[in-house]
Parts: sequence; structure tokens; C-alpha cells
Amino acid sequence: MPWLEAHGLSAGYGGKAVLEGVSLSLAPGRVSVLLGENGSGKSTLLKALAGVLKPQAGDVRLAGRSLGSVPRREAARAIGYLPQGFEPLFPMRARDLVLLGRTPHLGAFGVPGAADRAAAEAALLEMDATALGDADIRAMSGGERQRVLLARVLAGEPSVLLLDEPTANLDPRHRFLVLDAMRRRAAGGGSVLFSTHEIDVASEGADDAVLLAGGCVLAEGPVATTLTGRLLSELFAVSARVVPGAGGKPLVSFGPPPAR
Amino acid sequence: MTPAPSGRSAWAAAVLLAALVALVGTSLLFGSVRLSPGEVWNALFGSGDAQAVTIVRELRLPRALLGALVGGALAVSGAALQALLGNPLADPYLLGVSGGAACGTLLGALLGLGARGAWGSSFALPLAGFLGALVAVLVVGAGASVGGRLDRGRLLLSGVVVNAFASAILLFLLSFGDAAHTQSFVFWMLGSLAGATPGAVKALAVYAALGLALLLPLARAFDALALGEETAATLGVPVETVKRIAYLAASLLAAAAVATTGIIGFVGLLVPHAVRRLAPGHRALLVLSFLGGAALLVAADALSRSLFAPAEISVGAVTALLGAPAFLLLLRARP
Repeated sequence: MPWLEAHGLSAGYGGKAVLEGVSLSLAPGRVSVLLGENGSGKSTLLKALAGVLKPQAGDVRLAGRSLGSVPRREAARAIGYLPQGFEPLFPMRARDLVLLGRTPHLGAFGVPGAADRAAAEAALLEMDATALGDADIRAMSGGERQRVLLARVLAGEPSVLLLDEPTANLDPRHRFLVLDAMRRRAAGGGSVLFSTHEIDVASEGADDAVLLAGGCVLAEGPVATTLTGRLLSELFAVSARVVPGAGGKPLVSFGPPPAR
Repeated sequence: MTPAPSGRSAWAAAVLLAALVALVGTSLLFGSVRLSPGEVWNALFGSGDAQAVTIVRELRLPRALLGALVGGALAVSGAALQALLGNPLADPYLLGVSGGAACGTLLGALLGLGARGAWGSSFALPLAGFLGALVAVLVVGAGASVGGRLDRGRLLLSGVVVNAFASAILLFLLSFGDAAHTQSFVFWMLGSLAGATPGAVKALAVYAALGLALLLPLARAFDALALGEETAATLGVPVETVKRIAYLAASLLAAAAVATTGIIGFVGLLVPHAVRRLAPGHRALLVLSFLGGAALLVAADALSRSLFAPAEISVGAVTALLGAPAFLLLLRARP
């Protein structure tokens, strides 16, 4: 059974629909990438799947149950969501921020125990952010902060990862670190859906792709069938060239839109 | 500046508590009648002469304790509102509490509630102020509700507008009052602990305990809210419920404080800022804010009584005089 599914999902803001009739499913063991132009609805889709945005129509199912009927804490333990862009207003140590990822696991008194601290440290280590543990989140570079925020999601040990541009601001080495982390979660039986504008990150890191155009799914499936010159040219309105790369991963290069 | 690890906040709490006890003790020595430390000690714990016992137990101790409770309540209210609004510049008076309390108090005075010899003269006026504050808080809350959600941005705007409207009502009401009403009202506006009674201390202790009992269990949720409402929701935090409880508890604390002692500024803004660097999370922040606010107001009141003794200056003027420069220094110390 897929971890997370959307059926005829419409969602948006203030009565206006950004997504219309989106259906997709995230199977265990798979890493999926969400591709689309600016404003195509990628963030809206991730929010709706995370339960932050209530569907206007259709529904989201977590392990077969309608997300609206799953108790809040149970859903929070199952789904880890990384939103885009976070401007901290208050001073906060990275280690304390990552520990917040354990919130849905804490007991009635909300005091983190040894297991919670261990999970937070493991997540910091996985994101190569252990040395940042005592630093103030406001004093960090964009890439350092991004890794700490990702560690916060990983510390919750969710089965489903919904990550909005997780590799934004990251250097190549840390980009691979994040792709490895996503791969490990999938190998452990979880599901990952992440958005990106970096096409090399998409082809390197994902098994499947969801192409989103104007709030609707243009194509969905394994990268071999979705990251094609024809579909990517249509999706981004540029000329896309795809050649098979190492390990069968498609190598994509973009050129300017074809002259008409 | 890096927030301290949790061990240091326990030390900070111990130091602030010791400072508070020392300040309360010291403040018992100040006053128009000169009493030695020994006389104060005897009046408190033993059997001093009747006059000293009355002065210490009925006047000075209630005043010091009321100062501690009001300072603590204002600082906790500020810390909670800053967490609720996601805005480090939020102040307990931002959301209409001060304007509403001022209107209620003045209206009560015009109706003769505070007049000497009138029924319930000692608590009727604070009650009117408290009711005025609650009305303002509910209006602000209604203005900021969008589709069942309490909107952070609208809460701020709605508070500013309600405060402005309250000022207009004040000016309107003041034009009906006589000079005596106006003078006593202006004195109330400036903020003073001079009217402290054992009854007021008990009432405020109940409100402070109630406010802390509502807010402390939300500390972890406040930590999560610092990551944004959406992230907090995906961490399992019931965001709307938390915001509503925080809004009501913070307003209750500020309303009780303002209704009892008038408008004492800067404590609610300054103290959470000052102790934030010692607190790794909101549990420590709320506790340290209470202790810090209590210590600050007891100290400010001692200053207000002793700087130009035997004349007394308004404690609200002291907190603003000290608070504004201190706040600017804190801002400059930020990275």
C-alpha cells in the first residue's frame, strides 16, 4: 500500500484553486521528484499532502486512511515536512531546533528524553551539522541553516518525507549528502517527495518524477519515462535534450526555447 | 550571541530569584518613616511595635509583593505575546489591553465607582478597568479572526486600531469629567504601586498563577511556533488552540496588572528580550521573564520612592526612563 496518495486533489488559497484534480501516490522505497515551473503548484501540493492546507476537493490518504481523520500526533509522526524559506526571528541553538523535530514523539510533559536527544544528534551528524550544534540559527549561512532545518525533519524519523527544495543553497558535496539521506529513508521502507529546479539533482536523486503544469499533473512515473526531451520541453517551455548517462540515469541539458 | 544551554538557565533562575528576594527585603527599608533593618525584621517575623508592624505588613510588604506580581505578570504576558505573534517586538499593551483598561477605569471613575466611601471603593475601579480590558481584547480577537483562524498579522493591526479608538473614547470621556477626575485619572495612567493592599496582592497572585498555569504547558508549542505556524502544525501542535489560549492568558495577565496599578510600560517588552539569551526554550523564558519582571519592577518602585524622597515619582515614568535606553542597548548588542 502506498504511504501517501492524493485523489482528485484540488487546493489553493482563499477559494482560488492552485491545484486541480491532482492524483498521485507515493510508494514505499521510492524517491520522487516534483518538477514544474514557478507557480505551477509544487509548494501548494506539498502543503496539501502534509495536511497544512485543507483540500478544496478530493482527498489525501495516509496509509489508506483519509488524512483528515488521522489523529494530529499520529500524522505528525508519519509525515516530515520541510517548507521553503524560514527567517528565524528569535535566537535558537541548532541543537534545540533539531530537537523540536521530536515534538510528536514527546510525552504529556513535553520533556525530551535520551532517545530524543540521540535522534537529534544522529540527524545533525547525517546532515554534517554536528559542529553547528551550539550555534545560533540566525548567525548561519543559508546552506548551513538549510542542513539544520533538514536535520529537524530527519530527527522526527517520519515514514514520509515531503521536502520543498531541500537542496536549495547547498554546495555540491552537501547536495549529495541530502540525496543520500533521502535514499536511506526510501531504502528503509519510507517514501520521499521533493521539489527542485535543479534538473541534475532530480535525475541523480529520484526514482520517479511528477511533472506539474498549471496545477495539473502532466506526467507521473519512473524517471526513464518522465524525464524525456519531449515532456521536459513541454513542461518548461525550453528545448530539453536528454541522453542516457551512467547507470541509466538520464542526463538532461536545457537550451533556450526553440525559435518559432 | 548564542542562547545558553539548559544548565545555565537554571543558574539564571536561581540568581534572579535571589535578587528578587533581596530587592523585596531591601524595599521594605524605604519609606517616609525611617525603620532600621532590625525593626523591619521584628515587624515581619517577631513582635515589633504596633506602628512598625502596620507599616511593614500593611503598607510596605503588600507594595513590594504587588510590584513583584505586576512586573512578573507583565513580563510573562510580553513573552507569551511575542511567541504568539512571532514578533520579538510585541508588547502586552499592543493588543488593546491598555486602551480598554483606561476606558473602563475612567468610565468607572465618572460613574463614581472610585469615590471615597462609595460601595466597594477599593476594588470597584480595578474591576471596571479589568472589564474594559477584556472587552478590548475580545474586540481585537474578533477583528483578527479569519475563517476560524486567529491571524497573526491582523491581530497586530486590530490591536493598534482598538487602542487608537480607545484613546479617542478617553478624550471624549475626559471632556465630561471635572478637574478632580482628570487628575486622578492621569495619575492612574502613569502607573503606581502606591495603592497596594493585601487584597490587591491576593487578587493578582491568583491571576498570575492562573496565567502561568495556562502558559507553561504551552512552552513546547511556543518553541515549535517559532518555526512558523505551518511547521508547528506538521509537528502535531494544535496551532489554533494554542494561539487562543495564549492570547487569552497573556491578555488576562496584562489586564489584571493594568487594572490594579495603571499603565507601567516597557517591562513586558524589555524583560523577555533581556532574558531570552539565557533561555534555550519557552519554558525557561516564561520562568525567567516572571522572575526578571518581578525583580525589575520592585527595583524601579524602590527608585521611584527614594530618588526624590519624600516626593514620589511615578514608577511608570521610571520604567520608561530606564527601559527605553536599556532596550536600545539590547538591540545594539544583537548580531
